[in-house]
Amino acid sequence: MPWGVSYFLMKNSEYAMHDRAKATRTTPEQAICGPDAALLASIAESAVARSIGNTPLHRLRRYERYLGLPETIELHLKAEWVNPGGSIKDRTALSIVRAAIKSGQLGPGRTLLDATSGNTGIAYAMLGAALSFPVTLVVPGSASEERKRTLAAYGARVIYSDPYEGSDGAIRLVREMTSVAGDDFFYADQYNNPANPAAHVATTGPEIWRQSDGRVTHLVAALGTTGTLMGTGAYLRQQGAVQLIGVQPAEAFHGIEGLKHLPTAIVPGIYDPSLPDRIMGIETEAAFEAARALARVEGFFAGSSTGANLAAAGELARELASAGQAARLVVIGCDGGARYLSTGLWELG
Amino acid sequence: MASESTVQVLIPTPLRRFTDGESRVEVSGATVGDALDALEARFPGIDERVRDDSGQIRRFVNLFVNGQNVRDRDGIATPLSPGDELGIIPAMAGGSAA
Repeated sequence: MPWGVSYFLMKNSEYAMHDRAKATRTTPEQAICGPDAALLASIAESAVARSIGNTPLHRLRRYERYLGLPETIELHLKAEWVNPGGSIKDRTALSIVRAAIKSGQLGPGRTLLDATSGNTGIAYAMLGAALSFPVTLVVPGSASEERKRTLAAYGARVIYSDPYEGSDGAIRLVREMTSVAGDDFFYADQYNNPANPAAHVATTGPEIWRQSDGRVTHLVAALGTTGTLMGTGAYLRQQGAVQLIGVQPAEAFHGIEGLKHLPTAIVPGIYDPSLPDRIMGIETEAAFEAARALARVEGFFAGSSTGANLAAAGELARELASAGQAARLVVIGCDGGARYLSTGLWELG
Repeated sequence: MASESTVQVLIPTPLRRFTDGESRVEVSGATVGDALDALEARFPGIDERVRDDSGQIRRFVNLFVNGQNVRDRDGIATPLSPGDELGIIPAMAGGSAA
């Protein structure tokens, strides 16, 4: 693959040329139109949209025994991979799309555009196909092969950003694109869009509260856009004294797709640093060991971000056990493991 | 044995704190392993992020010589020619310095 600056520039100029040659542009009049009634109705009718959320919460009894935890410490895993697009980001994307249609930002003549390292892009692409709006995604060239092919399967237009610049490089490229061709696009901006955490205030939080019989003591959620922790955490905090644990890679240089090392990354606008009680740093290898153990002990094959959450939850559970505390930990299972098979982490051996 | 070659190493953003912010640096080496040794000599701390204690490329790291993953060639023993580009990329997308 000819990755590098020249490839990036070539793609960039190809994009700019395409934009200039476009015959139809959205006029300002169209841009301020009210909600598109047909699009709104299509959400209500969409089988895909209706199957997002209401995921199971599984108690991991075998994994608890594998970690040697006492009966008083429970681990529960929110199985987000059962969403139709395969990840928790289906909730985020649906919330962002619905809010944008309602506000008139997404309608005829507009393409949804965002930077994504994968799962949100898949969710946008799926919804774009199901609801008939065009989707353009900027994805770091280093995203896993499975993700790239999945996006292509849904028919989304994908622009790859410089793999050496990571997910922040994708964000910067999108910002450049919107400054050149803003009217053609609805920039979904998952890192700064309040509809992202709102998805979890409305759905993930209430589901967890109900499924844990109101007895969740700790929420463990990986930080990428931070929407899951911000929204679910805000809801759970309103219900009771729930400890909110954010999980990030221990190092800036890591292989846990979708996660951000906040001290060295562009910090999302939706992130409120005063909300989490604790931030735990997890090594990539530890995240994969936990994902592998989950597969072998419980039979759930989850991805690396779920592994990072489980590794953090395991560490926390042991601390609570040695302090003699009882706890019911809810761990977010962000996505499934099959999306990562082409990466070196699942090599045999 | 192949002789030493001067190559360009492409540095991803999360490792640029080791290279004074440089996105590409020049080192010499006959193989990928040699080039990583030379990189470490100039920018201490970078090699342990790329290779584990046994000297193997970490599983989440991909090394490319002229765009081809060295896992599909001879790993760290992959020979280098003058002017080659050696790219270091974490297997998946990650954050970077703003």
